Amino acid sequence: MTTILSRLFFFAVALFMALPLIVMVGVSINEKQTLAFPPQGFSLSWYGEIFTDDGWRNALFASLTLAALSAALALLVALPLAWFLWRRVAPWANIFQLLGVAPFTLPPVITALGLLTFWATTGFYGQPWTAVVSHAIFFVTLPLVTLSLGFSAIDRSLVEAAATMGAGDRVIFRTVVLPLILPYLVSGYAFAFVLSLNEYIVAYMTVGFTMETLPIKIFNALRYGYTPTMASVTVLFLAIAALVFGLIARFGDLPKLLGAMADER
Amino acid sequence: MSGLILSNVTKQFGTFTAVDDVNLSVPDGTFVCLLGPSGCGKTTLMRMIAGLDLPSTGSITLGGEDITEVPTHKRNLGMVFQSLALFPHLTVGENIAYALRIRGVDKADQKKRVDELLAMIHLSGFSDRSVNKLSGGQRQRVAIARALAISPKLFLLDEPLSALDAKLREAMQVELRQLQQRLGITTIVVTHDQREAMTMADTVVVMNGGQIRQAAAPVDIYRRPADSFVADFIGSTNLIPFAAEASGRATLLGASVDGLQLGTAKTGTISVRPEDVQLTAPGGEAITGTVTFIRDLGGTVETFVEAGGQQIVAVSSPRDRPVVTVGQAVGIRLDPETSVVLAK
Amino acid sequence: MRREPPQRLADYGPLVFPAGMLIVFFVIPFATMIAVSFFERQQGGFYQPAFVWENYARFISLFFGKVLGFSLVLAMAVAAACVAIGVPFTYLLSRSVRNVQILWLVALLSILSLSEVMIGFAWSTLLSRTAGITNLFAYLGLMAGPQALTPSFGAVMTAMTYQALPYTVLVLYPALVRLDPTLTEAARTLGASPIRAFFTVVVPALRNTIVATLIMVFIFALGSYLLPQLLGRPQHWTLSVLITDQAIYQSNMPFAAAMAVFLVLVSLALVGLAVYAGRRREAA
Repeated sequence: MTTILSRLFFFAVALFMALPLIVMVGVSINEKQTLAFPPQGFSLSWYGEIFTDDGWRNALFASLTLAALSAALALLVALPLAWFLWRRVAPWANIFQLLGVAPFTLPPVITALGLLTFWATTGFYGQPWTAVVSHAIFFVTLPLVTLSLGFSAIDRSLVEAAATMGAGDRVIFRTVVLPLILPYLVSGYAFAFVLSLNEYIVAYMTVGFTMETLPIKIFNALRYGYTPTMASVTVLFLAIAALVFGLIARFGDLPKLLGAMADER
Repeated sequence: MSGLILSNVTKQFGTFTAVDDVNLSVPDGTFVCLLGPSGCGKTTLMRMIAGLDLPSTGSITLGGEDITEVPTHKRNLGMVFQSLALFPHLTVGENIAYALRIRGVDKADQKKRVDELLAMIHLSGFSDRSVNKLSGGQRQRVAIARALAISPKLFLLDEPLSALDAKLREAMQVELRQLQQRLGITTIVVTHDQREAMTMADTVVVMNGGQIRQAAAPVDIYRRPADSFVADFIGSTNLIPFAAEASGRATLLGASVDGLQLGTAKTGTISVRPEDVQLTAPGGEAITGTVTFIRDLGGTVETFVEAGGQQIVAVSSPRDRPVVTVGQAVGIRLDPETSVVLAK
Repeated sequence: MRREPPQRLADYGPLVFPAGMLIVFFVIPFATMIAVSFFERQQGGFYQPAFVWENYARFISLFFGKVLGFSLVLAMAVAAACVAIGVPFTYLLSRSVRNVQILWLVALLSILSLSEVMIGFAWSTLLSRTAGITNLFAYLGLMAGPQALTPSFGAVMTAMTYQALPYTVLVLYPALVRLDPTLTEAARTLGASPIRAFFTVVVPALRNTIVATLIMVFIFALGSYLLPQLLGRPQHWTLSVLITDQAIYQSNMPFAAAMAVFLVLVSLALVGLAVYAGRRREAA
C-alpha cells in the first residue's frame, strides 16, 4: 500500500519533470515549421538546422567557446585558491572562499548588473572577452566547491609520506595532489561548462548587443515567432548536460559530490 | 655524537602539553619502541623526529647534526604510517620507486632497486599491481619496502601493524625485527601493544602523559618496572601498598611480613607479578587470604585471592595449580627477589 | 609537510591571481554598482557621479512597492510548493537504491542547468493552444477543445516551481541522505505507519533543514527573471525583470542599481537567516 503510494508519487514528480521535455522532443521532430504536438510527421531536419543555418551555428559556436574558456578561467581562479586554503592555516583567507561563493548564491541579476556597470565604467562594454571573465566569476563557485571537497578528501598522511620520502611542496603537488584531485578538477570544469552554456542573464547584460549565445538567440527568436529549431536546441542542450553529468556519475561519486556541495553554503 | 638524540623536547598544542621535556638517546643500529596508551605523546614525539611537527622547545640531533628545524623532505627518512599511506594512484612498483624517482635516479636503477626490495618482502612480480588490490599484509610489506628504498638513516614506523589481524601481526613482528637486524638500521616504532614492543625492541620507551616513564631493555621493563604505571601497563601485576615497620618488617595486606627489601621508604607500593605469587597452606609466616574466584584458561590458571581487603591474582600452569576451591583460606608468599619496590 | 600559516612572502603567491580576479571582477563591480545607485541620471542614458537618495526614494513608490510585494509573495509561494513536494520526494529518493538515486541526480542536474530561456520556451509550448497539453485533454474528451493556458499567474508559478524543484531536491539531498535510517525504523517498531513515521520523526528531525531550504529556494526564485516575462502578464513581473528593464531598455542605471542593492540586502538578510538556521541545526 505504502509502496504503491510512494511509487505513484515518484511517478507524478517524474511526469511533471518530464512533460515539458517530452513536448520539446515532440515539437523538435515536426515535419513542418509549426509547433505541433503530438508531432505531425517525422523529421530530424530541425536538428540539422542548428548546424547548417548560419545564425544558429554561430550562436552554438559562440556558446561553446564562451563555456569552454570561462570554465577554464574559473578553474584557474579556483585551483590556487582551494590549494592555498587547504595547504595553509590562514583563516582570514576564507573571505576569498566567501567571495567565490557569493556571485552564485545571490540572485544572478545582481552579479549581472554589477558587471554591466563595471564594464560600462571601464569602457570595455560589449567586448566578447568580457563575457568570458563575467562567466568565470559568476561560475567560479562550482570548481571552488568541488576542489575544496577534493582537497579535503586527500588523506594528509599521503602528503606526509611523500614529504618523508624527500618530496618538497612543488613535487608533492605534481606527483601526489594533482593526480588525486583530477576527478574533482574535471567535474568542477564540467559543472561550470554546462551552466555557462545555458546561462542567459549575465551574458545578455554584458555582451547581449554584440554577441549572440544560444540562450540569447532563443530569447531573441521568441519575439519573432517560435520555430522547431528552438526545441531541437533545447533537446540538444539537455542531452549535452545529461551526457556530462552522466559521465561524472560514471567516473566519479556523484552522490558524494552533491552531498558535500550543499555543505559549502 | 652519533645516533639520534632528543634534548628537552616539548610540544604544546595550545594549552595542552603533548610531549613534556623528553630526553632520549638512540644509538645507531638500535631498535626502539615508543610504547604507551593512546594520547601519551608517542606519536607526536615520532612526528617531531620526522619533522612533521615542530617541537615547541628543545632540540633533535641526528648523527651529530641539529635537525630540529630541517624540513621533513630533507631528512632522508623512511617512515611507515599507521594508515600505510600508499599512493592509490600509483602501482606497487611506482610506490616503492617514489623516493628514487623524485631524486632523479635513472629508470634502470629504479627498476633494479624495486626488484631488490620486492624480493626482500617476498612480493617479486607484484610491481605492476594496483596497491588497492593487495591484502593487508601485502600492503604492509609494500609500505615497509617503500620507506627503505633510499636506505634511510632512520626508519620510523607509526603503529605499523595495527591494521593486521592478531596472527599476521605476530608473524610480521618477527619479520620486521629480523629485517632490521639484517639491515642494521636505526629503527623507531610507535605502538600501544606491549607484546609487539617486547618482541621487537632493543629498548622499550614507556610513555605516559607526554613523559618518558622508563626506557630500558624489555626484560628490565618487565622485571624492574620503574613505577606503578610501568608495572601496571606492561603485563599484569599486583600492586600492593605497604608501610614499613621497625626492624625491617613491613605491614601489607593486613599482615606483618619479614624479609622484603623495602629500602628506606616509610610507605610505598610493591609490584608482584601474578606468576611470582605463591599460594601455600595458611598459617606460619604466610599472609592469609580467601579464594574468591578461579579462572581456568586451559594454558594457565588464575586464582583470585582476597587478603587485607585487596584482591591478589596468582597465575600458575595447570600442572602446578593449587588445590583450592572458592571460599577456602590460603596462604600467600611473596619472594623478595621478585617483589619490586616502585618509585613514588 | 606541515600545515602552518604562510611564513614567507612567496607563500602568498598562489593567492595573488584568485584574489586579484575576485577583487577586480566581483568586489569592484559590486562597489561600482553601489556607487552608481547614488548617482544622478542624465538625459540620454548617461549618469554622473553624485550622492542622491532619489533612486531609493523613487523605489518606495506605490508601483515598485507592489512589484516588490509581488516578487516576495511569488518567491514564497514557489518556495513553499517546492519544499512541500521536495521533502517527501527527496526522502523517498534517499531511501532508494543507489543506481536509482544516481539516475535521478543526473536528470535533476540536467534540468537544473537547462537555460531559463529554454524552460520558459518549453512551458509556453506545453501550455500553448497549438502544441499544448490541452490537445491531449481534448483528445481524451476531458475538454471541448484545446486552449491557451498562458499568460497567467498559474503558468508563471508552475514553470518557476519546475525550475526550482531540482534545486530544492539537491539542497535537501545531503541532509536526508545522512538522516539516520534507524530513526524511522525505531518509530515503525513502536507502531507508527510509514507515513506517520515520516511526519512524526523525519519532518521534526529536519525542521531546521527545511527552514533553511525554504530560504535558499526563496532566494533562488527571487532571481527568476525570464519566466515571469515569458509566461506572465506585466503585472506578474518581478523585481529582477524590472531591474533588467531599467538597466537595458530604460537606460536608467542608477535606479536599476538602487533596486539591485535593495535586492542584495533582502537576499543577504535571508542568507544570514539560513546560516543561522543551519548553525542551530548543527548545534541541535
